[in-house]
Amino acid sequence: MSINYYLFLSAALFSIGAFGVMFRRNAIMKFMCIELMLNAVNLLMVAFSTVWGQAQAQVFVFFIMAVAAAEVAVGLAILMMIFRNIQSTDTSILSKMKW
Amino acid sequence: MRVDFPPFLSTLINHINPYQLQQNMPISEILFWALSAIAVLCALMVVVVKNPVHSALYLILTFFAIAGHYFLLNAHFLAAVHIIVYAGAIMVLFLYIIMMVNLQEAQVDKKRNLFKLASVVSAGLMMLVLTVAGQRADLTAVTNSATEIGTVESLGTTLFNEFLLPFEISALLFLSAMVGAVLLSKKSLQS
Repeated sequence: MSINYYLFLSAALFSIGAFGVMFRRNAIMKFMCIELMLNAVNLLMVAFSTVWGQAQAQVFVFFIMAVAAAEVAVGLAILMMIFRNIQSTDTSILSKMKW
Repeated sequence: MRVDFPPFLSTLINHINPYQLQQNMPISEILFWALSAIAVLCALMVVVVKNPVHSALYLILTFFAIAGHYFLLNAHFLAAVHIIVYAGAIMVLFLYIIMMVNLQEAQVDKKRNLFKLASVVSAGLMMLVLTVAGQRADLTAVTNSATEIGTVESLGTTLFNEFLLPFEISALLFLSAMVGAVLLSKKSLQS
């Protein structure tokens, strides 16, 4: 397959993820859509690494996965903390830090 | 970038196909389109579906489709790691949190429809910009014959020679994330 198709697929997945971050109000759903965006980038990096014959990009994908796992662990702990305090994870309620 | 199936398998797949396939359409291309359709449709379902448990399950399906893409790109190690890390660890964590948390969305306000329209338009514009920028880019491949870079051997060699320091730093990152998660999820610091 040409690299252009992977570019389009990855752009579509990234845009769907960004759309979800803007569209959903639940913070957990926003987290899932961020995972989707990270995966779109990962897919494009693997495609480029195969086309160009470079292994470094795949190692970077490995690191992105590691950072995503750490981010999810800490982020979900923060969400549990927020839920314990205000009994909701709706981001339209979470407006205390809004300017 | 094509997958080498055993010859009997590819002839079998070509035989049982009800549609008249073009002779020069390789099986990897068919798999690419099928996996892309699954990935994009399931990603849309993740965003659109109301129930968060369902959208988590659709997200798992999307991850499996992306893992199939990794297989097509000859990145076998990354495909395995992707399934283990995402479908095995991250999504289980998400499902646990969804089950623990009450997911009632708040009252729908008046500005909601305008907000939805704005998010659709801005995401569409983002897709437009990304695809146009991708078309303008010079994407001529330098080499196209590297099928062995996705193996455990070559990835391990690169990881432990060139990227040894970032590897160790990511271990520190995991330690701090673990400490942070435990600290944040404690009820009170005094007890």
